[in-house]
Amino acid sequence: MNHSSLYLYRTFARFMPRLKIPRKVNNPPKVKGFKPYGVISEGEKLDPVILNYEEYEALKMCDYDMYNHHQASIMMNVSRPTYTRIYASARMKIAKAFVEGRKIEIEGGKVYFDSNWFYCKSCGCHFNNPEINTSVSACPLCGSSEIEQHFEDTTTSQENINDDMCVCPKCGYTKKHMRGVPCRNERCPSCNTPLVRQNP
Amino acid sequence: MKIAITSQGNSLESKLDQRFGHCQFFVTYDSDNGTIEIIPNPYHNVEEQAGALAVKLLSSKNVAKIISGEFGLKVKPMLDSLKIQMIILKDDSKTVQTIIEMLNKTYSKEE
Ligand SMILES: [Zn+2]
Ligand SMILES: [Zn+2]
Repeated sequence: MNHSSLYLYRTFARFMPRLKIPRKVNNPPKVKGFKPYGVISEGEKLDPVILNYEEYEALKMCDYDMYNHHQASIMMNVSRPTYTRIYASARMKIAKAFVEGRKIEIEGGKVYFDSNWFYCKSCGCHFNNPEINTSVSACPLCGSSEIEQHFEDTTTSQENINDDMCVCPKCGYTKKHMRGVPCRNERCPSCNTPLVRQNP
Repeated sequence: MKIAITSQGNSLESKLDQRFGHCQFFVTYDSDNGTIEIIPNPYHNVEEQAGALAVKLLSSKNVAKIISGEFGLKVKPMLDSLKIQMIILKDDSKTVQTIIEMLNKTYSKEE
């Protein structure tokens, strides 16, 4: 793909709202939700508050990982106002659950997890594990257990890899992602912060 | 469980098509009852979004796994969120028949 077609492709993608690319979540939550205890009588069952993954992630970024809104929005690959909206919604939902004694359920939303990729030494295929909670023991094609996990995504073609950018979460400095080099191993030349991956 | 294979032609003797969205045919194999269905890919000549449209088509057929030569950057997250497994085989010498035989062996010994 040459530069002009790449540009067109991006322009096209930007004006195609039908084709929604799910957002990324870096670390899926450890639990499916939370239950209040103590005071709620069994008869009085309130609807749970549904916290989607984006809201979970937004809250975690700011109040647990201690990034500021600017950094968090870059890492979540959303605009700053979008981040602020998601974050505010997360806090309102959690406050509602706390005050009214409702359950919190953490739900999917429009996100996907980077699934783990494996290579089968027996038949030579590459495959992912779409079930994040279950482990993989055999090749889904030939059934061999001679499989090993990839730590970098080598299955996406080269031109796609080159579209990825490393971003400084502090000052916004960006550079092209180098294949095979984890972004966090690289540092921002102006403020020495470890870089993070941002997809186009 | 239904498994889709991208195929260069409409017979089981056809080779695996290395393209996903722009492949010629999809062959689905149901490992529970051995049913095989050959579906011409309606998006074979579609320039944009062929991958996304093919994902929709296959997910409407309740496919759990897809075997192809590659999946694009836009297709991967879609399949990930639909929990459809991607199996990439960079070997276009294998026929659909050979692949189905491999699957048949793998999924019959599981029972
Ligand atoms: Zn294998
Ligand atoms: Zn910086």
